[in-house]
Amino acid sequence: MDKPRIAIFDFACCEGCQLQIVNLEEELLDLIGVVDVVEWREAISNQSHEYDIAIVEGSITRPEDEKRVQLIRTRAKILIALGACATIGGINKLKNNFPLDYVKKCVYGKDAGKAHLNTDQTKAVDEVVKVDYYVHGCPIDRREFTYIVRCLLMGKTPEIPEYPVCVECKAKGNPCLWDYDQLCLGPIIRAGCGAKCPSSGFRCFGCRGYVDNPNVDAARDVIARYGLNIENLKTKMVLFGSKKEPTNI
Amino acid sequence: MSGKLSINVHHVTRIEGHANIVVNATDGKIEKLQWQIPEAPRFFEVMVRGRNYEDIQTIVSRICGICSISHSLAAIKAVEKALGLEVSEQVDKVRILMHYAEQFQSHILHIGYLAVPDFFGVSSVIPLVAGAGDVVKTIIRLHRLGNEWSELIGGRTTHPITLRPGGLTKIPTEQQFRQLQQQLKKSMADLKTVLNAVLSVAGNIPDFERETEYVSLRQDTPPTYTFYHGDIASTDYDGVVAVDDWKTVANEYVTDQSTAKWAKWHRDCYAVGALARFNNNADLLSPLAKDFAKSLGLKKGCHNPFMNTIVQLVECAHLVETAVELIDGLLVDGLKQEKVIKVKPKAGRASGCVEAPRGILFHEYEFDSKGNCVAADICIPTNQNHANIQKDFESLVPQIIDHGEDAVRQKLEMLVRAYDPCVSCSAHMLDIKFVK
Repeated sequence: MDKPRIAIFDFACCEGCQLQIVNLEEELLDLIGVVDVVEWREAISNQSHEYDIAIVEGSITRPEDEKRVQLIRTRAKILIALGACATIGGINKLKNNFPLDYVKKCVYGKDAGKAHLNTDQTKAVDEVVKVDYYVHGCPIDRREFTYIVRCLLMGKTPEIPEYPVCVECKAKGNPCLWDYDQLCLGPIIRAGCGAKCPSSGFRCFGCRGYVDNPNVDAARDVIARYGLNIENLKTKMVLFGSKKEPTNI
Repeated sequence: MSGKLSINVHHVTRIEGHANIVVNATDGKIEKLQWQIPEAPRFFEVMVRGRNYEDIQTIVSRICGICSISHSLAAIKAVEKALGLEVSEQVDKVRILMHYAEQFQSHILHIGYLAVPDFFGVSSVIPLVAGAGDVVKTIIRLHRLGNEWSELIGGRTTHPITLRPGGLTKIPTEQQFRQLQQQLKKSMADLKTVLNAVLSVAGNIPDFERETEYVSLRQDTPPTYTFYHGDIASTDYDGVVAVDDWKTVANEYVTDQSTAKWAKWHRDCYAVGALARFNNNADLLSPLAKDFAKSLGLKKGCHNPFMNTIVQLVECAHLVETAVELIDGLLVDGLKQEKVIKVKPKAGRASGCVEAPRGILFHEYEFDSKGNCVAADICIPTNQNHANIQKDFESLVPQIIDHGEDAVRQKLEMLVRAYDPCVSCSAHMLDIKFVK
């Protein structure tokens, strides 16, 4: 079999997820041995329009970027969304909580009307084109990335956790951060990160997105037990969980 | 040269973010010469509005995947100042060590993976594996050290999770600090390997000079080659400017060729980054870093922008040597378990500044009485370099216009990479008016 051709593209983001691929260090050299990287602007100078797998990092925030990702979709057999900006819109969706005119005026002042400064609502990649696989997180976990790529190369479907961060956090024996006055989103956010933040004493802020069927009642119980309500939780959910339309915050 | 010359590099490769180079010339006469920034802007100053003081660094860390620690630290410094919090000496030292980790990681990434392929005349680091495998392995080892160092202190390699306003959620144990110190000592030999590799291709570094203004932090008490504390200094100015007055330095403005704002101070452009720090503070480098600078022929007052990459290597030597001392200091004092200072929110406004790997970085926030952010303003190093890059283009291209399209394109790309631009950063953070 020919080596699959992989191309990596970036849209509105911090490029930190691509950096995690670079951070594979020697393993990256192994990976490059089994695939053919035909385009990756941040790391190599080659460019190509022919590829089998497109890895897309970043959110879609402008009409011209929608067109670009649609073109990438037509060229790729498989499209992978890389990192929170691509999988759920991530932190970029905070912008959607404000009217677009206000957003532009705040940043560019009297120059806000200039054509090249145009911006649209932030969208996750799957709000524009079909996404085949998701690598969650901000940033992605590089072990999960290589696991997913390995599965694809072997023709298997990767299994991504369908349970909340609390499960991994409890298994690690961490003290619950709710006991330390931190509004932790562990009860409703998808695991797979190894509860990295709570293990360092920092609340989960939801970068992997909500678990498919969050146990909302259990989450309400937890909130109530600490004398808080859902409005308090929403002030934290909005960081990575904002919507296409203004979230009620 | 007769005939038409037309260069249009759409999205320069091996840099962070999206940027274009456009050169049009006929019979040696330049008609258009532009450094363009088409990066999608992200509007972070708006994103932080209404958010609580404790969420600010989590949001703005996402400005940049390479310098997330610098953004987090600049934000934390501003937030703590606005809330009147003063952290302990131990917290301050551990944060500086965390900041060093990022400088080191970012510099090695830039030298080894992004810039050096140009010196060897190849398209990326990958072809170098065959010809210069040992050097590549050394670079990988150093890059991994930078990441492990960040992870140990910041909780992970990118977007740190141990930083909170008022302290740190966790600090490494004495044993972990000792292990890190051992690794740092060992890395000095690896840095020398990289130094020798750079010396072997030093002849490929273009000989180009253009006098400009260099702006960076300077710390006089105690005298330190600083990345973290101090005031704003310039090679065009005898005194220093307080961090809170950074807007009198940056003077940002909008230009049609960029979604990122540009900056100017005493001239029509200024430069920030490793070369700026060196030109302001070189006499304060560590002994090993001074040796590196000497063998590379670097002297204070260097006006060759291509040397920025080389100064980054000198800084790596400084970072490693100084980090070993910092760890000694922490261990001699004895590590203390400290709680994050409990915050009582209040209204306030303040600026925070650090040297990001690419140069001086300013964050400013204003909070209401509940500690919610009402306004923000952030000024990124690469913004401050954009005008300087354009002026370098204007000076360099007439000197090399006869060398043909390929040579001109290659030199300009190389020049851009030497600045180690972080375009995502620069287009993500722009000026904002404080609306009361």
